[in-house]
Amino acid sequence: MTQDNAFISFRNVNKFFGQFQAINDVSINIDHGEFFSLLGPSGCGKTTLLRMLAGFEGVSSGEIYIDGQPMSGVPPHQRPINMVFQNYAIFPHLNVRDNIAYGLRKQKLPRAKRLDMVDEMLDLSKLPDYGDRKATQLSGGQRQRIALARALILRPKVLLLDEPLGALDKQLREKMQLELRALQKTVGITFVFVTHDQEEALTLSDRIAVMSEGRDLQVDTPARLYEYPANREVASFIGTMNFFDGKVVSVADGEVVINVDGLGEITASAGTDPLLAGQSVSIAIRPEKLTLTHEKPDDAQYSVKGQLNNAAYLGERSHYYVDVGGVLQAVAVSSQNRNRGEDTGGQSRPVWLSWDSAAIVVLKD
Amino acid sequence: MSSGSYIRRPNRPLQFYAALFLIVLYVPVLFLPLFSFNDSIYVRFPMSGFTFQWYIELLDRTQVWDSLMNSIKVGVTTAIISTGLGILAAKAITRYRIPGRGPVVGFIMLPLVVPGIIFGVALLVLISRLGIPLSLYTVTAGHIIVCLPFAIATLIPRFEGFNKSVEEASADLGENAWWTFWRITFPIMLPGILASLLLTFTVSFDEFIMAFFLSGTDATLPMYIWGQLRFPQAFPSILALASIILLVSFILVFLGQWINRNAHSDSLESSTDT
Repeated sequence: MTQDNAFISFRNVNKFFGQFQAINDVSINIDHGEFFSLLGPSGCGKTTLLRMLAGFEGVSSGEIYIDGQPMSGVPPHQRPINMVFQNYAIFPHLNVRDNIAYGLRKQKLPRAKRLDMVDEMLDLSKLPDYGDRKATQLSGGQRQRIALARALILRPKVLLLDEPLGALDKQLREKMQLELRALQKTVGITFVFVTHDQEEALTLSDRIAVMSEGRDLQVDTPARLYEYPANREVASFIGTMNFFDGKVVSVADGEVVINVDGLGEITASAGTDPLLAGQSVSIAIRPEKLTLTHEKPDDAQYSVKGQLNNAAYLGERSHYYVDVGGVLQAVAVSSQNRNRGEDTGGQSRPVWLSWDSAAIVVLKD
Repeated sequence: MSSGSYIRRPNRPLQFYAALFLIVLYVPVLFLPLFSFNDSIYVRFPMSGFTFQWYIELLDRTQVWDSLMNSIKVGVTTAIISTGLGILAAKAITRYRIPGRGPVVGFIMLPLVVPGIIFGVALLVLISRLGIPLSLYTVTAGHIIVCLPFAIATLIPRFEGFNKSVEEASADLGENAWWTFWRITFPIMLPGILASLLLTFTVSFDEFIMAFFLSGTDATLPMYIWGQLRFPQAFPSILALASIILLVSFILVFLGQWINRNAHSDSLESSTDT
């Protein structure tokens, strides 16, 4: 991906609030029509980045480009973007129709045309009969739709969404996620979505930037972020991950042999980052990629004996926690409960964990 | 009686105290309307009979009407200017990070606690040094200083009450600062602005000390009343006049409070469940 054809481009962007550095040398490119998420814990700078894109915060250094145009010095009302605010920022003194039509004033359209456009948005928002309601009389989900409609009616090049589903209850949130995704496909507008909810980001996004302490740790598709995290922070932030410490024994032909504490020597694919013999690394394995058996498995590439000390039954699957000699933290295993009446619990007893080398991610420390 | 929660349980001594408080506060004031209907030029019991005479007599006094007009002119001008300045100050205080915000706000609010006589003397000295003739304009200037803190104190809670992200949303939807003010800030602020206009008008209308120092030949209504106190035969009419002013002031202040509170509950509704 070259920077030249990126639709939105953050180039070496920094932001200081006094002494505090909120954004630290962020460079991200977002393609046209993409559903792009900024994911990270609160305080990681994702909202600041979004507000800089909208023009509410200036950049301390670096530059933001939208559609090839540098944005520094362009005030919010002249940027080709619209935003859905975290609290929706519905205008309390206007009814639903006037809220949606708010941005149309400058387009100098005939009144009939304007009303048609608003009605169309009300239909799209599934609120056809709500035009005359006071905006303050709406529920959270309805307000969220009004905020979306108010932005989309202007056909922006980019729609920014600042945790728009955070205030909704779980059921409504999942419904709105699907709607949002379908809507984005329909209108074909680039969405930049801020969230701290990794599941939400994985469900909705084409690509995700994982952020922490003002830096972008990794920008990738949901599947690649999950399967091939670039570093330990990303690996632990997305999903559950087991980490083991080890040292590189040898590197040859794209394969690396690592001596892992508690597990012995393991061979894995070396990845793109060059590794040197003797270097300390972490290896990471997802809980669902480990198989738990009572007997030592015959056909597994790797296996290790451990002590089952905790189990949680979650319906569709169960979580097990297994102590392995030489490993500090209990290893998490997730397995699907395919057979009814499967022995899922039981107290402390010996078990075997097995996996193959494709399950392993090697991370530099 | 088991009704009411712990905090709402009726408390007899406190109820008695509250009643006493209101009586002490308002009974003296109520003597004005009471004696304004008394058929005698002397204020004393027993009262001699009911009459509208003093009210009718007011109608014939052209000076009353002149000074009333003066007071209205000064009041309206003061209300508009001090509320206008108050909007700007309240917006600056609530929206921007001003270095030394606390002391600045303190300075603006100072006229509330500085005795009017001191401000009056100070302004009189300044104005006569500058060679500006005393007139209703100088009274208005004095009143603006007195009224500004009232305007700001009324407006600041309104600005704090509404979420600044609605202003950002307006900018985001393509409106510049000027249009955002007229389409968003002003309408949301309108109840506060009306309350401020009513309050500052009332304060100016009733103000005496500044007017006493700063007026020229044209008297405001409180000054006219002051002047008439020397003539015993005019006193009942003054009582009638004072009763009218009392009534109108009450209505204006209550109206202002009512507008502000009603609108408050409306906009709070929208900002609480975010």
